[in-house]
Amino acid sequence: MYNKFFQTTEFYLIVIISLLFLTIGSQNSAFFSINNMFDLIRSGIVPGIFVVCALIVLVSGGIDVSFPAIAAFSMFTTTTILSEAGFNGPIIVPFLIGGAIGFILGIINAVFIALFKLPTLIVTLGTSSLFSGFLLTFIGSSQISNLPTSMLNFSKMQILKFTDETGIVVGLPISVLVTAGIVILVSLLLKYTMIGRSIYAFGGDPASAERVGFSPVFIQFFVYSFVGMLSGIAGIMHTSMMRNSNPVDLMGSELLIIAAVVLGGTRISGGHGTIKGALLGLLLVITIQNSLILMGIPSYWQRFVIGALILIGTGLTAVQVKKTNAKRKSILT
Amino acid sequence: MESPLIQLENITKSFGGVKALKGVSLTIQPGEIHCLAGENGCGKSTLIKVMSGVHTPDHGQIFINGKKYKHLSPLEAIKEGIQVIYQDFSIFPNLTVAENIALGSELSAKRKVVSWPNMRRIAKEALSKINVDLELNEKVENLSVADKQLIAISRALMQKAKLIVMDEPTTALTHKEVDALFKVINGLKQDGISVLFVSHKLEEIFAISERITILRNGSNVISEQAKNMDTEKLVYHMTGRKLQDKYYDVDVKNKVPILRTDKFGLDHSFENVSIEIYPGEIVGLTGLLGSGRTELAESLFGLLPATSGRVFINSKEIKIDSVQKAVKEKIVYVPEDRLTEGLFLEQSIERNIIASTVVSLLTKLKMLNQDKINQSVENWIDKLGVVTHSSKLPVKALSGGNQQKVVLAKWLSSNPNILILNGPTVGVDIGAKEDIHNIIKDLAKDGLGVLLISDDLTELRQNCNRVLVMNKGRISGEVRGRDFNQKTWSELQEA
Repeated sequence: MYNKFFQTTEFYLIVIISLLFLTIGSQNSAFFSINNMFDLIRSGIVPGIFVVCALIVLVSGGIDVSFPAIAAFSMFTTTTILSEAGFNGPIIVPFLIGGAIGFILGIINAVFIALFKLPTLIVTLGTSSLFSGFLLTFIGSSQISNLPTSMLNFSKMQILKFTDETGIVVGLPISVLVTAGIVILVSLLLKYTMIGRSIYAFGGDPASAERVGFSPVFIQFFVYSFVGMLSGIAGIMHTSMMRNSNPVDLMGSELLIIAAVVLGGTRISGGHGTIKGALLGLLLVITIQNSLILMGIPSYWQRFVIGALILIGTGLTAVQVKKTNAKRKSILT
Repeated sequence: MESPLIQLENITKSFGGVKALKGVSLTIQPGEIHCLAGENGCGKSTLIKVMSGVHTPDHGQIFINGKKYKHLSPLEAIKEGIQVIYQDFSIFPNLTVAENIALGSELSAKRKVVSWPNMRRIAKEALSKINVDLELNEKVENLSVADKQLIAISRALMQKAKLIVMDEPTTALTHKEVDALFKVINGLKQDGISVLFVSHKLEEIFAISERITILRNGSNVISEQAKNMDTEKLVYHMTGRKLQDKYYDVDVKNKVPILRTDKFGLDHSFENVSIEIYPGEIVGLTGLLGSGRTELAESLFGLLPATSGRVFINSKEIKIDSVQKAVKEKIVYVPEDRLTEGLFLEQSIERNIIASTVVSLLTKLKMLNQDKINQSVENWIDKLGVVTHSSKLPVKALSGGNQQKVVLAKWLSSNPNILILNGPTVGVDIGAKEDIHNIIKDLAKDGLGVLLISDDLTELRQNCNRVLVMNKGRISGEVRGRDFNQKTWSELQEA
């Protein structure tokens, strides 16, 4: 059992992240300060939900690039509605509206994918552009900064407050609990529920899943609407943390998120992947994004390093899979 | 007499004007081991799909446990205890053994939450029913084909199966594994579970079945107790022809081998293969799927360049490291899967035939010489007996047998010296099969060396002067074509 752990992608990721932490920390002691650590976590709150989304879709054998568009659409539409209505109610309302809008947009993806059986990448590329185009044309293109008070309060609420040596109060926004809750919930869903297992089964072999009695249409509808809803919630979190709703925010973040998930050991071909791995992949990407600058490396290098990591990371796993396959498939005994 | 478990009466089913089933009847008793036999394309698979509710028949009646079904749905079939084990087993390579076995029954129990200890318990119980022990937490992708099949069987048992349909279950099994499978099937019978064993392998049919139903061209031919049947009758009913043993012999004395390999090998696939093919010979090559026979053929054709050993063509050592090299040495390979590897399906028959020789059909200005093309194409269509109205039709409009002839024409038009055929008559109807056999024999008589890879015992016996058997990447035996039968095959396999 322990031997197996040392061969997992998670293990390699932990080693790489530890090395990276030690290297950066040895170059710049500010890296290990609570302030910086909290910064790392804070920058992972919204992407944390996105990696969960990307993971679910990849496990089901698809690929979704529309989640940032769905998030942007949900958050901007929700804030537009609420600010025009002069909303003054509790924070749960924007979350419900945002989640519902995301859910509906997810259903649109699902219709094309599950009913018309179109390739997932093509559909989500299309809807991604469609959603953001619709948003900018019909709903609005200028930022909204007078958010409802409950959303502003939500962004100010903090847990784990510390006063560091320089006298600055640092803490984690309460939204970290929402991400943590979603992560735990989806972990349980994937591991211990029939729908969760059916997503793995469908990703592993769609034809077999259908023969066993799973409904591919239901599975895909569930996957894309659920992911849409999570994206909507992520959008609301993003907007309240920024205290500002900008319809062009978040766009273009999909590739980095998918990259993080793939670095975490999820296979593009479906059926394989864990939340643990995806979160570790995200931690690696965020650390590179936020902290290379602490080592005095210019920020232009971030993209280069992340690109290289993806190629090396997936390359290594591919080589490993090839090797074990050759060993396993060897006819000669 | 007990009431039958399932009764199909006068089933017809058409697909776009093609009648796949023309009034087929089949009755299976509880606890019976029933064999459904027939050539490729005779309607066996369609009948299974009717039985399992995947296809709704156009006419005819289905009775299960005395209840009449007009539109049998897959779910109803499962509820009535009909379980089909398809050739690909319908398993999930990415999930564990326990999950693969238990997931289906947990699903039909309408559970929303899965309990892992519970699944492991179910899986253990299912495996113990057929006396098998497997590591429950292992991912199925790491298991052997035989183990995957056992998982599929135990999964079917968990669904309270009354009838287990096994579609060509022995294709990828070793003889030992086939024996083990037969033990499991007999065990199922003891428990009162019926098995419908779908096969075209004569020896297996007689070894296991109590009753045999034979289909030919979508019609019932006969349904009879196995003890009243013999090989000759079975072949007659399956093919509609008398089994006549004709053999192919050739004298190779004082000839130079056209192809010789010396300790030929490819890492992880095969090793130490030393064979000779003389002009005029048809050498059979058989072995289970995954024995390395396809890899050997692909190495000889330069697709998978060999990693050790030497090849001699007409006594001259040649290094075949690419397909271009092989073609230059006049070696031709007709692959197993003609649809994806051998043909341009959307393109015309003409273009397919000239694809490998187009360079020789040019005018001085490097333009296509249509007269030469027509001449060449007409010649081949005529020589091989391709049945078609026009050579301009796309290849996909042809039947399996005629497609295979086009593949042959494509390669033969390059005037090869060595012809490697992989499963040349798989999925080909019986008439075209004989045509293809005759073409191959004529080619050999003209001095070609032929390596014929096949699973079909009769095909090998009647067309090859020698048969080589491969096992686990090594040549495990050789026998004269006329002496090749199930017994010699098994002996050579295990040797």
